[in-house]
Amino acid sequence: MTPPATVVQRPRVAELTYREALNQALQEEMKRDESVFLMGEEVAQYHGAYKVSKGLLEHFGNRRVLDTPISELGFSGLGVGAALAGLRPVIEFMTFNFSFLALDQVINTAAKWRYMSGGQFKVPIVFRGPNGAALQLAAQHSHACETYYFHAPGIKVVAPATPADAKGLLKAAIRDDDPVIVLEGELLYNIRGTVPEDGEHIVPLGKADVKRTGTDLSIVAHGRSVHLALQAAGELEQEGVDTEVVDLRSLRPLDAETVLASVRKTNRAICVEEGWPFGGVGGQVVSIIQEEAFDWLDAPVFRVTQADVPMPYAKNLEQTAKPSLERVVRACHRVLYGDGAWGDDTQ
Amino acid sequence: MANSHTRAKTQEKVEAESEPRSTASSDYGKGALRQGGGDSLNGVDPEVAVRLMRQMLLFRRFEERAEEAYAIGKIGGFCHLHIGQEGSAAGTVGALHQDDYVIGTYREHTQALAKGMSPNAVMAELYGRVGGCSRGRGGSMHLFDAEKYFLGGAGIVAGQVPTATGVGFAIRYRGEKRVVLCLLGEAALNQGAFHEALNFAAIWKLPVIYAVENNVYGMGTAFYRVSRTHVDDRALAYGIPCHVVNGQDVLSTYTLFRRLADEVRHGSGPHYVEIRTYRFKGHSMSDPVSGTYRSKEEVEQRTEEEDPIRILKERCFAAGVMDQEELEGMDAEVRKQIDGAAQFADSSPAPDPVNLYDYVYAQTSQHGRLFLDGRDDAPGDGGAEA
Repeated sequence: MTPPATVVQRPRVAELTYREALNQALQEEMKRDESVFLMGEEVAQYHGAYKVSKGLLEHFGNRRVLDTPISELGFSGLGVGAALAGLRPVIEFMTFNFSFLALDQVINTAAKWRYMSGGQFKVPIVFRGPNGAALQLAAQHSHACETYYFHAPGIKVVAPATPADAKGLLKAAIRDDDPVIVLEGELLYNIRGTVPEDGEHIVPLGKADVKRTGTDLSIVAHGRSVHLALQAAGELEQEGVDTEVVDLRSLRPLDAETVLASVRKTNRAICVEEGWPFGGVGGQVVSIIQEEAFDWLDAPVFRVTQADVPMPYAKNLEQTAKPSLERVVRACHRVLYGDGAWGDDTQ
Repeated sequence: MANSHTRAKTQEKVEAESEPRSTASSDYGKGALRQGGGDSLNGVDPEVAVRLMRQMLLFRRFEERAEEAYAIGKIGGFCHLHIGQEGSAAGTVGALHQDDYVIGTYREHTQALAKGMSPNAVMAELYGRVGGCSRGRGGSMHLFDAEKYFLGGAGIVAGQVPTATGVGFAIRYRGEKRVVLCLLGEAALNQGAFHEALNFAAIWKLPVIYAVENNVYGMGTAFYRVSRTHVDDRALAYGIPCHVVNGQDVLSTYTLFRRLADEVRHGSGPHYVEIRTYRFKGHSMSDPVSGTYRSKEEVEQRTEEEDPIRILKERCFAAGVMDQEELEGMDAEVRKQIDGAAQFADSSPAPDPVNLYDYVYAQTSQHGRLFLDGRDDAPGDGGAEA
């Protein structure tokens, strides 16, 4: 008997939107594990405010896909209780702006029940939804909420930038035994990308991804800012600057090693994020860089963030307040000593 | 069920005969507390009555010991005693099955004991020792026992109400015949979490009993000062049947909860109960028993008239299921048990600082840093014990 010839299976991939990738992750995990259910405002009949849950009600029924009243604190707490009792809830916030109503249940219950009980309980719950500013939604609907969550021990936070990462990180989050915040980009839902069809496509929490390699400068970003960083890298390439883009993907756990390796290679870095500068993600990354890679640095590390104001409505003001390609490039020039003065990139 | 009544959604009120409707004074609820009955045990099995007596004695002696230990600095932080409210711990938790869930407040020592947790482990937790039921991580306000289905120990007023409701969701999701008992104080009724959670329990018919221990004061604020409606009305808006019971009468409380738990287990959906009781001690060990918010005379009078242990004792004696000698013997046994708990707590070591970061995450074997401070510098870690 001749053994069958070894066939190298090429992974099946599909071109999907970020939204479809998330939907696929939910479908696969709900099929795989009966204890996974989805709960939130408009997730069932309406298919989600952003259509992430399209078709799930029809496929899984109203036992596992549940429309809730507008009660963020209530359904978040319900999820935590269900997780304590052994289920794996996926809680959708219509947007993370509304998650502040639920903070007590996330911070005081989900994040602490395990510790306070001396390890007797686990809280395998996912809170997911769009995060960050979209277009002209004004101050109450334009929050980037990562720092509220990654601040608290007991919680994990991820922020995928691409469809493939969106699928892989959401699946990892659902399988994780701790509370995981999945910050989806409100302006990313329509972007397309190659996504492994494999049901075991998992992006491990805590693993950054170098989205572009370079030698002259590192841009550290996550979520939507990764795309801004890649655009900036493209512009800088025209000037002969070889930029590396580190996509953190996870904010807690934080892949400091990948950031440090990049900085040790390029000796210059900036951080880009959609949130505010006070106590921001970039502030944390800079702290690690100066503690552990100080001797490798050839320039201070600058940050590009949302302007330190509530998001204004007027189109021109909003554009001014948001991290822009122009501001990112300018910050890069600064650390490359391209334009002399150090200082606030907004000047 | 002489002292309890149920109201339909339509607000057709069935008033208990002697129940005062006014909440406009701290006498609220007193009238319901002094009823006797033809049958002195309210139809409760004598063995159960004796068991409830033993439980309440255990709770009383445990709390008295905690009070002493706090006074000499063996217990730190906040310590909220349940003295005076023993009937509502024994009568509620004691009416459940072993595999029913309980989630309580920060005044939960006795609720934990009622769920079958060991006095040793609870006392050691109060002492902040590694032998404690939460390995010294929780303290007085955060008692847990996964094996006994005791889920806390919630320190944020009303925070446990959505959580309990979610446990009810999980029970229903799996099609189990179990109940979750959510204990809360009357002060929790003004929190949004309470209202959101009760609405969920109602619309999804979840197997939860919300047991509101109305001990009259939320810390120092009498309920009538912060509400235009009655405690026993608060769930009507959600279509949840409301009941009221005298918590100083453990037999009535037990009988009601036994029945409600049975109904819930068979799919009735949620129930809501006001348990009228009274806190004999200060809000916590660091607060005075009386003062600006209630008079010494009030506390003395109600302590005298409404002691749940005395009330049960008289009923047991009248029914002939127990005499003074037996009661004293039982008390001696309980005191011995509490001595043992205190000794256990004293001899249990403090948690090793090496383990400071344990139990934050269930899953830590992964990439990246979960902690950003100098975990390596934690006392002992890589130091003396390496």
